[in-house]
Amino acid sequence: MESYFPVLVFLVVALAIGVLPMVFGWILGSRRPDPEKYSPYECGFEPFEDARIKFDVRYYLIAILFILFDLEIALLFPWGVTFNEMIAAGANAWYAFTTVLIFLAVLVLGYAVEWKNGALDWE
Amino acid sequence: MTLTHYLLLAGALFVISVVGIFLNRKNLIVLLMCIELMLLAVNTNFIAFSHFLGDIHGQVFVFFILTVAAAEAGIGLAILVVLFRHRQSIHVDDLTELRG
Amino acid sequence: MALELPNFALLAPQIVIALAALVLMTAGAFARERWRQWNYVVAQLAVIVATLLTVFTSGDPRVQTTFGGIFLVDWITLVVQLFIYLSVFAALIYGRFYLIERGLERAEYYALVLLSLLGMQILTVANHLLLFYLGLELMSLALYALVAFDRNHALRAEAGMKYFVLGALASGLILYGLSLIYGATATLSLPEISSVAALRPGDERVFGFGLAFLVAGIAFKFGAVPFHMWVADVYHGAPTPVTLLLASAPKLAAFALAFRLLVFGFFEYAHYWQPMLMVVAVASIVLGNLAAIAQKNLKRMLAYSGISHVGFILLGLAVGVVEGNHQLALNAYSATLFYAIVYAVMSLASFGLILLMARSGFEAEWLDDVKGLNQKSPWFAAMLLITMFSLAGVPFFVGFFAKLAVLQAVVAAGYLWVAVLAVVMSLIGAFYYLRVVKLAYFDEPTERQPLIASSETRVLLSGNALALALFGLMPQGLMSLAAYAMIASL
Repeated sequence: MESYFPVLVFLVVALAIGVLPMVFGWILGSRRPDPEKYSPYECGFEPFEDARIKFDVRYYLIAILFILFDLEIALLFPWGVTFNEMIAAGANAWYAFTTVLIFLAVLVLGYAVEWKNGALDWE
Repeated sequence: MTLTHYLLLAGALFVISVVGIFLNRKNLIVLLMCIELMLLAVNTNFIAFSHFLGDIHGQVFVFFILTVAAAEAGIGLAILVVLFRHRQSIHVDDLTELRG
Repeated sequence: MALELPNFALLAPQIVIALAALVLMTAGAFARERWRQWNYVVAQLAVIVATLLTVFTSGDPRVQTTFGGIFLVDWITLVVQLFIYLSVFAALIYGRFYLIERGLERAEYYALVLLSLLGMQILTVANHLLLFYLGLELMSLALYALVAFDRNHALRAEAGMKYFVLGALASGLILYGLSLIYGATATLSLPEISSVAALRPGDERVFGFGLAFLVAGIAFKFGAVPFHMWVADVYHGAPTPVTLLLASAPKLAAFALAFRLLVFGFFEYAHYWQPMLMVVAVASIVLGNLAAIAQKNLKRMLAYSGISHVGFILLGLAVGVVEGNHQLALNAYSATLFYAIVYAVMSLASFGLILLMARSGFEAEWLDDVKGLNQKSPWFAAMLLITMFSLAGVPFFVGFFAKLAVLQAVVAAGYLWVAVLAVVMSLIGAFYYLRVVKLAYFDEPTERQPLIASSETRVLLSGNALALALFGLMPQGLMSLAAYAMIASL
């Protein structure tokens, strides 16, 4: 039984972390009900209806613009991992640094153009 | 798991996506998803080869494919939105104005 | 081992175009309205500077590499790039008036044209599979956006969508092929692939399978039969300046891509890709010419005629591999390069003529719109005659010598029946080109509006069409340039 003690501790801690905030929230929180607050989503969807509705195509656009920048950043990981190795192999540190700065500058420019052209506005 | 398993998986994904592009007559978004799936099948291929050949270049290629795929999807969706504003529809069967 | 800085000077033309594209992109979002007229100047200046830099940086020594050998600049790069610049330069001049009249002359248009130009440049200097992919995607993505650039017409968006879906499918096919080739050779560098392939390691089937996907993808990008379904719709649906661009420079870039990958990379496996190219080429020549007869839309007709010309380019590539005969291979490849250049210049002239006749609210894209051109302007009717005769391959226009050079290579390789078929199909094809000439000279015009086009367009178009006649009288200069490019690079 001795060896199961950590599991018991774990369960107690997990329960505490799960339950205590709810209890505190219930005790300390002020309650001013509002229909909007009771709806699970603020994005304008009804919470209980057929899930097979038509989504506004703009959701996809915003999502893809996010993914675009999200994935470009993925290119930074190989650079970060190999930076020290490049220096160790005798590469000029400023060269190794400037290349990634140029990459980021192009990315920022793209973001600025996107913002200015209103691609991020809903209407 | 041998190399062959991964290649079969990638091949199956690739075939599913190509068939999806040609059979899908309903929704253009599904077409875009098929294109993404196709690129992911290629990624699987590259990573499997990279791992079993012990050559890192294949994984670098995958990074670039991922980012280009995102850009491609961006352009595709932008064209889709323009199309939707004109037609109020994203059905594949509605793309019939150009014939000859 | 100390890492040395790569030779950036060799890539100066690409850097200039990339910077200009970024400047124009920024200008499109932030610059004031009154700066707008400078967009065109910046774009043209960038093309001219890139042309000069290409001439000064490449050619001597004959083959140069940089960035650890992933970029390669040789005489093929030089010649193909020069004609790509020429095509883009002409496309910008021809298209400007059309775009201004329709309120489309925006900085983003020029930025996209330059980005696609950058992609084409990269295709001509790439020596590594990753760069081929990136160049191809950069070119294609910018072109998808350009086709759908005019947001006021549903037709444009539909053409853009079709182009996008089928283009992305082609990219996927090429990528799948590249991944299999990577698996077979364990390297992405083209020269290494070539030397590994020479040893014929392991399972040849993986290589053959990869090459099948690669050839299918290349045929897709070229718009060759049986992967031609997008060509007519996209040419028809795109704004005419974009169609003009699509029909000229990307064909040269696609030639560079096909030539580098198949001849530089996979020459040892020519017995796989040669028959595939042959089938695609013959099918393109037959179907392109036959389908063009039925068209009533001038842009669609030129699209199908383009398919048949692409067939000739692929035919030249296919017959280059002749049982160890170096001289015959050189002849075939230089004939192919010559054909690709001539086709690009003929496309510029033919779509330039459509743009010349177009004006606000009138696209001049139907065959009937050509009627009676001779009564409106005898000079440009003569230019139309030269262009159509050259496209048809009437003797002593440059199109004739291009066809002749490729057919000689085909016969030399021992494919007499293919040559005969190509000649028969070209004769059938002459019908629809001559029909356009007949409409321009012998039919009454449907409307009597005079031609309104800028003086630059008139001058350049005259020069463009006269060049087709002039090179027809003296084809040796251009032919020996193509031949020298091959000798210096192979």
